[in-house]
Amino acid sequence: MNQAIRDVAVVATSQTSSYRRFDDSEPKLIMRCVNDVLERTGLQRDELEFTIAGSCDYLSGMPFAFVMNIDGVGAWPPVYESHVEMDGAWALFEAWLRLQLGDIDVALVIGSGKSSPGRPREVFPLQTDPYVMAPLGLDPVSLAGIQARALLDAGKATERDFAEVVVRSRRDAQQNPHAQVTKDGTVDELLGEPYFSAPLRMHDLPPISDGAAAIVIAAGDRARDLADNPAWIRSIDHRIESHHPGLRDLTRSVSTELAAEHVGLADGPVDVAELMVNYSPEELLLRDALGLPDGVDVNPSGGPLAGHPVMATGLIRVVEVADRIQSGSASRGVAHASSGPCLQQNLLCVLDGGE
Amino acid sequence: MARPSAVVGIGQTDYRRQLDVTLDGLVRWAALDALDDAGMTFADIDAVVIGKAPDALEAVMMPELSLADALGAVGKPIHRVHTAGSVGASTAITGATLVESGRYERVLVVCYEKQSEGNATWALSGGRSGGQGAGGTFAPWIRSYISRSGAPEHIGWKIAVKDRRNALKNPHAHLRIDDISIEKVKESPMLWDPLHFLESCPSSDGAAAVVLASEEVARRSPRPPAWVIAHAKRTEFSSFPGRDTVRPVAGIDCAEALYAKAGITDPLRQIDCAELYVPFSWYEPMWLEGHLITPEGEGWKLTDAGETELGGSFPVNASGGVLSSNPIGASGLIRCLEAANQVRGTAGDYQVEGARVALGHAYGGAAQYFAMWIVSSDLSPEFR
Repeated sequence: MNQAIRDVAVVATSQTSSYRRFDDSEPKLIMRCVNDVLERTGLQRDELEFTIAGSCDYLSGMPFAFVMNIDGVGAWPPVYESHVEMDGAWALFEAWLRLQLGDIDVALVIGSGKSSPGRPREVFPLQTDPYVMAPLGLDPVSLAGIQARALLDAGKATERDFAEVVVRSRRDAQQNPHAQVTKDGTVDELLGEPYFSAPLRMHDLPPISDGAAAIVIAAGDRARDLADNPAWIRSIDHRIESHHPGLRDLTRSVSTELAAEHVGLADGPVDVAELMVNYSPEELLLRDALGLPDGVDVNPSGGPLAGHPVMATGLIRVVEVADRIQSGSASRGVAHASSGPCLQQNLLCVLDGGE
Repeated sequence: MARPSAVVGIGQTDYRRQLDVTLDGLVRWAALDALDDAGMTFADIDAVVIGKAPDALEAVMMPELSLADALGAVGKPIHRVHTAGSVGASTAITGATLVESGRYERVLVVCYEKQSEGNATWALSGGRSGGQGAGGTFAPWIRSYISRSGAPEHIGWKIAVKDRRNALKNPHAHLRIDDISIEKVKESPMLWDPLHFLESCPSSDGAAAVVLASEEVARRSPRPPAWVIAHAKRTEFSSFPGRDTVRPVAGIDCAEALYAKAGITDPLRQIDCAELYVPFSWYEPMWLEGHLITPEGEGWKLTDAGETELGGSFPVNASGGVLSSNPIGASGLIRCLEAANQVRGTAGDYQVEGARVALGHAYGGAAQYFAMWIVSSDLSPEFR
């Protein structure tokens, strides 16, 4: 495999708040972010040479829901555009590769989702094998519970470790204006709460959220023109594991380890890691898979436990890392996104301040 | 920086109803055929890209998750594209982009639909029962084309017959109507005026796959590569005052960008044949005109003169087209891979003699998403 060679950077980012229920439409969430990044960069709409979005029809309960989303992007005159039925982080992956072709320099990447209109615990079982697993109604919360149990049984974690992740996430979220869950509470208080899907308690789960995010990426000198401190994308890679939980070691995230190897995570130190921790035990798995030393700032935004607009959640991890690099508070960071039950598929994006 | 990519392997399932094959089995069937054609195994593949129309058609959410094992993707990147009806061509273009980026040497692209597991007309109506479906959306625009162009009514019937006759030469085709005739088409029930039952696409099951590879890999390939000379995509809003739904601007822009990239100045003469996304008969002349292959108002005359038949000067859908097989999410990729079959000389009984340059095309949504590629037997074809 060859490495991509063209320097591409994040030049502007935007995210909406994470809402328990946003009463207006998904295109409206998108439009806010698009208008915001246009204002930040001074770009005109027709200077966005390629647009790619990530969203999920099933969240809206309507096939072709993504078609409506282009109302938020603006598609007149016609635009060069695409869509992945994946988190916006995968849209970023495709946009980053698209800019490697060299014929265009600026791309807009979007991730958006509204979970509030549906019942996620009824919708998400449709991600599982359609003939064997889906009819059982096995949902991501139950599967996350199985993974948490595997960690406990292997002696790799305790319920106290899970609660510590939650306490830190909520405390950090208090500094994040977009966060949805910012409650105070001690580890002992959390451990006193009842189980929801044992060994997980309600606070180990992400909230149900609506929201969107957008990123403008640009190549080479165009990136330097558009931003004082571009956050350079050094590499993006994603890997998937078997769909059958019984065929996997649930106490490791093998696909994250593979992706880390392919993005060269170990080539230098990182100051910040934004991880798509949908369930608190996942943070322990991911820290381990990434080999993050203690000094690394993990999920300073509070992470998905503080706000989880599905299909934007992964892209927001990139936004959070890029923002810290652009502001100078971090020099190298890693963003992580995942998809599927028990961290089945994982994406990593390494960014730095360059020079 | 951009480097060439080429189709080095093609695989297709049978497109008839497949009640005894799972989704995993369906995609694996096409993937293994494409790998075999490329002289490869799953172990050679660096990344997998899948595409299909809405997840709701089979009620499987984010199917890349459950299909990862069947597609040999475990431990690799698997990427999922969804751009409505154009998705098959969009997915092919994403696959080509992955190779052209310099990052991946061999990319497996797989698209599918299994309409027997769901209700497509329900889903195509936005998940509302009693909706108008695709035919109900397109019929008024077709009527508008007829009134604007002055085309005679028999053009639609003629295309329906041509594509079904071509399908008899294609072992993968779903519909095989041995006694197809103009009489039979016009006597079939009227579904959405002016579209008769036999002027409409079927509900098919099936998967299609291609292996895309870098120049270095393609040069060592056991069978001739089809070089991807150019690709383009364009999108516009589904509805707004003044929108030309018969001749959408996005379709014109897309074709202009495609031809400019390929160096084509006279598509009718410089392209040898085309696989156009024609789910309803009349879309053949509409896209001949809407993609600047003929001047406006002239597309139906090319059809009427028999020039779009196999053996004509510009064969369209020699494979039998969407009118003969429509596994929706795969239909665009089938157009792209049939174009590749023509320039590789692997189209069998429906081979267009001497085909060197071919167009693969798909559209989707309310005729608002367009995706196309040009493939050639030459890496740098010269157009005069």
